[in-house]
Amino acid sequence: MPLDRANIDTDAIIPKQFLKSIKRSGFGPNLFDEWRYLDHGEVGMDNSKRPINPDFVLNDPKYKGAQILLTRRNFGCGSSREHAPWALEDFGFRAIIAPSFADIFYNNCFKNGILPIVLSSEIVDALFGYQGEIVINLEEQTVKTEDNIYNFEVDAERKRRLINGLDDIGLTLQYEDQIRSFEAEHLKKYPWL
Amino acid sequence: MAQTLYDKLMGQHVVREQDGATLIYIDRQLIHEVTSPQAFEGLTMSGRKPWRNKANLAVPDHNVPTTERSNGVSSIIDPVSRLQVETLDKNCETFEINEIQMNDIRQGIVHVIGPEQGATLPGMSIVCGDSHTTTHGALGALAFGIGTSEVEHVLATGCLWQSKAKNLKIEVNGNLGKYISAKDIALYVIGEIGTAGATGYAIEFCGTAIENMSIEGRMTLCNMSIEAGAKVGMVAVDDKTIEYVKGRPFSPTEENWDLAVAYWETLHSDEGANFDETILIDASLIKPQVTWGTSPEMVVDINGSTPDPEKEDDPVKAESIRNALNYIHLQPNTSMSSVAIDKVFIGSCTNSRIEDLRSAAAVAKGKKIANSIKLALVVPGSGLVKQQAEAEGLDQIFTDAGFEWREPGCSMCLAMNADRLEVGERCASTSNRNFEGRQGQGSFTHLVSPAIAAASAIAGHISGV
Repeated sequence: MPLDRANIDTDAIIPKQFLKSIKRSGFGPNLFDEWRYLDHGEVGMDNSKRPINPDFVLNDPKYKGAQILLTRRNFGCGSSREHAPWALEDFGFRAIIAPSFADIFYNNCFKNGILPIVLSSEIVDALFGYQGEIVINLEEQTVKTEDNIYNFEVDAERKRRLINGLDDIGLTLQYEDQIRSFEAEHLKKYPWL
Repeated sequence: MAQTLYDKLMGQHVVREQDGATLIYIDRQLIHEVTSPQAFEGLTMSGRKPWRNKANLAVPDHNVPTTERSNGVSSIIDPVSRLQVETLDKNCETFEINEIQMNDIRQGIVHVIGPEQGATLPGMSIVCGDSHTTTHGALGALAFGIGTSEVEHVLATGCLWQSKAKNLKIEVNGNLGKYISAKDIALYVIGEIGTAGATGYAIEFCGTAIENMSIEGRMTLCNMSIEAGAKVGMVAVDDKTIEYVKGRPFSPTEENWDLAVAYWETLHSDEGANFDETILIDASLIKPQVTWGTSPEMVVDINGSTPDPEKEDDPVKAESIRNALNYIHLQPNTSMSSVAIDKVFIGSCTNSRIEDLRSAAAVAKGKKIANSIKLALVVPGSGLVKQQAEAEGLDQIFTDAGFEWREPGCSMCLAMNADRLEVGERCASTSNRNFEGRQGQGSFTHLVSPAIAAASAIAGHISGV
């Protein structure tokens, strides 16, 4: 799904009124709420009854079921709200392609099974001009169109965790003894902490 | 080898290095009600406990009402907001985490109360589920915002995986003009380098303008570092830092104080330390800044005008300008000082400290807000800031001028509580983000300093002092 805008912020991805939820799920229907619907969205509304903005790409039947979001530079800037990747994931996106991402958002994606892919502005331009289906292979680190194959970089450890769906906290706690001994030294050195 | 401040702070917290990632120890986690409930739920579901309770400090700020609230949490009318604050209270009780509750005099915006309480100290690694955690770097701390999964990770393990950022030095030399503040420097820098200009970098602000700047001004500057995409924004420790920290409730005392000061005095970049990038700025050239669009990088001098997309060569940028002007209902080449406003907001983690309020009050003193202004809000950053301001009579100056004097919280910066703009309303705001809908759906935000916000309230349009 092509979303042709630069600097899309997390306030746009999921507006603040939906941040009041104490749950991790159910944000998909409010993804890009202010661009997607013509009325003002609030928590608890029946979203299926709201007037949709037919000009917004998310409502284009052509892209129904899309799992890849194609967008412009600095996607996910602004607030650290993890509700943004929660909403994207809940809607059905599994990967996002852009020339660059904001740091905290990029990090948050990996925690939620979303693969953010950085490709050059030229390649992103080419993909915006391309009409067919895009296939991503994380194992091979490739983005394929009918005519081209583009390689992308991803941190090896993040790739491993994404493919295997590993629990970050459990992995870190393997080093519990090391953390404890660091902590003992650290608190001895800086006793006011 | 000569090290930068960032390299030193990272180095002092490394627990483990592995495949290019670094596990760092977190000295302090600040917690608020919006980004923590799912983290606590995760802990509960996995049967985990906080790693070190003492590392955490919680406060509700985003959802709290700024109007009369003496009945405590039950004063929150919106049931969804109320539940979020109640959930924080409950989680802090269950997990035995120190919380400053809503009606405590010490309550306030998490990034105001951290330094105010001495919970933010030089040399600390500090995280919070909030992007403006960069604020705390003003005290020579390593501080950055994280998402909720990482909030849970820090709660459970006391640590966080990080990749090392590159070093960016922003050196600001010279004297600032009258009524020009840290906020203007921040907006000016973002205008120069863009909202992704510092992505992947740790910024260290230095130079004579920073040395001469108060700690509160440094907080404003570091606060806005995230608006340039930076990982952290920092200022080296100096005498002002140590003087600021002294005597605060969480600060060290007696022999620990001397030990701490000896350590803190090492928290600066070494002579000859290597920065990947350096930006030099002449402070004397900076004019008051005002944003015209829907991103903090869309900013001009207060005497400037909105840009013309027809004159922009880059098609993506031209489209961004068109989208922004279209959203914010301004024509190209409009003089900013002719833009009429409906509301004014003085507050937020960027500009709600006592010096910010003094600066706005100095402009408002003896004046009246324009008849066309529907609402001018002053929201102190904490109960203690409010108390101090009242002791100085600032509340009286504001209310005499027609401003409303409110209870502390995040308020209209992001409008999660009842303080918001209505559709089509235009606001001069001392907050940090002018994104579409940020202060209320279909509303328009112009970011400015406290002095300019006050002057604009009096003039009824964007105005210099």
